[in-house]
Amino acid sequence: MTIPITRKIIFYLLLIISSMLVFSPTLMAFVMSFMTNQDIMTGSLPSSLTLDNYVKAFNQFPLLKYLFNSLVVSIVIMLGQLILSSLAAYAFVFLEFKGRDLLFYVFIATMMVPFEASIIPNFHIIRDLGWIDTYPGLTVPFFAMAFGTFLLRQNFKQIPKELREASQIAGMGDFKFYLTVVLPVARTSLVTLGVYGFLTSWNMYLWPLLSTTNDSVRTVQIGLKQLQTQEQLNDWGVIMAGAIIVVIPTLILLFLGQSKLQKGLTEGALK
Amino acid sequence: MGQIDLIDISKSYDKQKNVLDEINLSIEEGEFFVLVGPSGSGKSTLLRMIAGLEDITSGTLKISDKIVNHLPPKDRNLSMVFQNYALYPHLSVEQNILFGLGAKKVNKKEQQKRLAETAEMMGLSELLNRKPKELSGGQKQRVALARSVVSEAPLCLMDEPLSNLDAKLRAQMRIEIRRLQKRLGLTMVYVTHDQVEAMTMGDRIMVLNDGKIQQVGKPITLYNEPENLFVASFIGSPKMNMGKAVYSMNQNQLVIEDTLRIAQGPDMDDIPGNIDLTVGIRAEHLLPGTAENTTHHLEAVNVEQLGNETLIAFDVGSTLWMAKWLGQWDVQVGEMVPVHIDSGNFCFFDSNTGLLIKSANFVKEQEVVSI
Repeated sequence: MTIPITRKIIFYLLLIISSMLVFSPTLMAFVMSFMTNQDIMTGSLPSSLTLDNYVKAFNQFPLLKYLFNSLVVSIVIMLGQLILSSLAAYAFVFLEFKGRDLLFYVFIATMMVPFEASIIPNFHIIRDLGWIDTYPGLTVPFFAMAFGTFLLRQNFKQIPKELREASQIAGMGDFKFYLTVVLPVARTSLVTLGVYGFLTSWNMYLWPLLSTTNDSVRTVQIGLKQLQTQEQLNDWGVIMAGAIIVVIPTLILLFLGQSKLQKGLTEGALK
Repeated sequence: MGQIDLIDISKSYDKQKNVLDEINLSIEEGEFFVLVGPSGSGKSTLLRMIAGLEDITSGTLKISDKIVNHLPPKDRNLSMVFQNYALYPHLSVEQNILFGLGAKKVNKKEQQKRLAETAEMMGLSELLNRKPKELSGGQKQRVALARSVVSEAPLCLMDEPLSNLDAKLRAQMRIEIRRLQKRLGLTMVYVTHDQVEAMTMGDRIMVLNDGKIQQVGKPITLYNEPENLFVASFIGSPKMNMGKAVYSMNQNQLVIEDTLRIAQGPDMDDIPGNIDLTVGIRAEHLLPGTAENTTHHLEAVNVEQLGNETLIAFDVGSTLWMAKWLGQWDVQVGEMVPVHIDSGNFCFFDSNTGLLIKSANFVKEQEVVSI
């Protein structure tokens, strides 16, 4: 498609302005993480750039420990979601049982209940199981995921049912079909869901705050909050340095998975 | 006792209307058996019931004298080829072909041996490392065939395997499948909606409509002696020309569609005069009239030149009759064309029951002479 040059210029101008608007907080955080406290407080441009804030962030708090916890929690949640969602989606697509569609709609309806609404019962269960301050307590409540099941179901539905029938005739059971055909064919959607699950759990705040009481399993988002103090003046440089460190894995994942993520989320939207 | 026996097989999805109604059928070993019918006639359902992919509502299904009603597909020792080929998109051709053998726990050496043989036979040796999406329609079809050949199951089911191919390729694959079946001595059950496919490939054909068997028999029998109006109009291309006929004994004439008057011949002696009749005549028996034998003049409403033959549509009362004449005929639309109609070429049907009263006897004599 060809666009007249003047209109092109206007488009790009608007795009640049809006991207600046959207990106400016991140950019500010990035710059501030290299600035001295003095510069930040006076609101001037940086007079000198320094890595002190990063050194401080690592020394002052067990940031590495937090990062490790976050990584473990996110990966476990991601895997748990992938396994449960794909198994559930398989049942909703390939197994025939009475009330299957009704069950599916009820299942989907739970998407409308926000996690915050179920947070108190969840907390009770975790507490009674003695899972406070443990990895299972942080991860297990997120394994069952209506959205993931929905996404994968739509994807599995595009697999022709003749493939299932052909493998039935060849003498292949459900589980083997799931492993050797369904999962490889739905690879893109699985990656999408994995990235999505990972990022969501990486950025989780409320639940880790509730279900942890000490640093042993606390995630990085809570750690970040601890960088802020209530009594003293905030050390913004350190906080920003911490924030940048926390954002990095997210960005890496986004850059790597961007094309796949888009493809996967919009898959089935057309057609 | 055949290899597959269907005894009073019925199928219904909602427990009210039968999709298939009391099908009785026996398919012999090594036979190429074609199920043909319009869409919605239940032919695919029947095939899927033989495969074990659909439940049987009532009746008995036997394969090799064993009742298999409740046997899962894998234990029925058969292979199946699907309309959309059902190739696994993430596997190479080789893996696709061997997919079933892995599940059946055939050892690696045997697998490779069979793969080599089959690939050689189907001309796939060069393509073994390709993915299905890198193959053309005909090649995909061959892979699907290879997959069923490699399983060495004595019974092969095919569900409209050629309908996704273009006409030229279809004609070629028809021959290939037929040859393969003969060479391996497979018992083949083949579903199609294309009567040309049915005629050219089948040892025997079963015509199915509305879940009921219309007729079972050799292709040529179905063509010459269709048991009812449905089979008559379904088998043959162009389809048999049909017309309502009133048989007037006193005038010794048969009046077709109020336009065509046919003098009573010796062939019509045993036709009852007191029922509603429908007569049918094949397009190739609506002959060009010469100076001596012209019986009627009909108005041509459409002319199709095929090169080796000419299809002419004539206006006969409320219907069109097609004539197929060998060679190239210079006929103009709107022209009154002399034709020769022999009453011996007519098939007579009872309009109310649709059943055949008398087939065209002239055809058979001609056939005997020409052989």
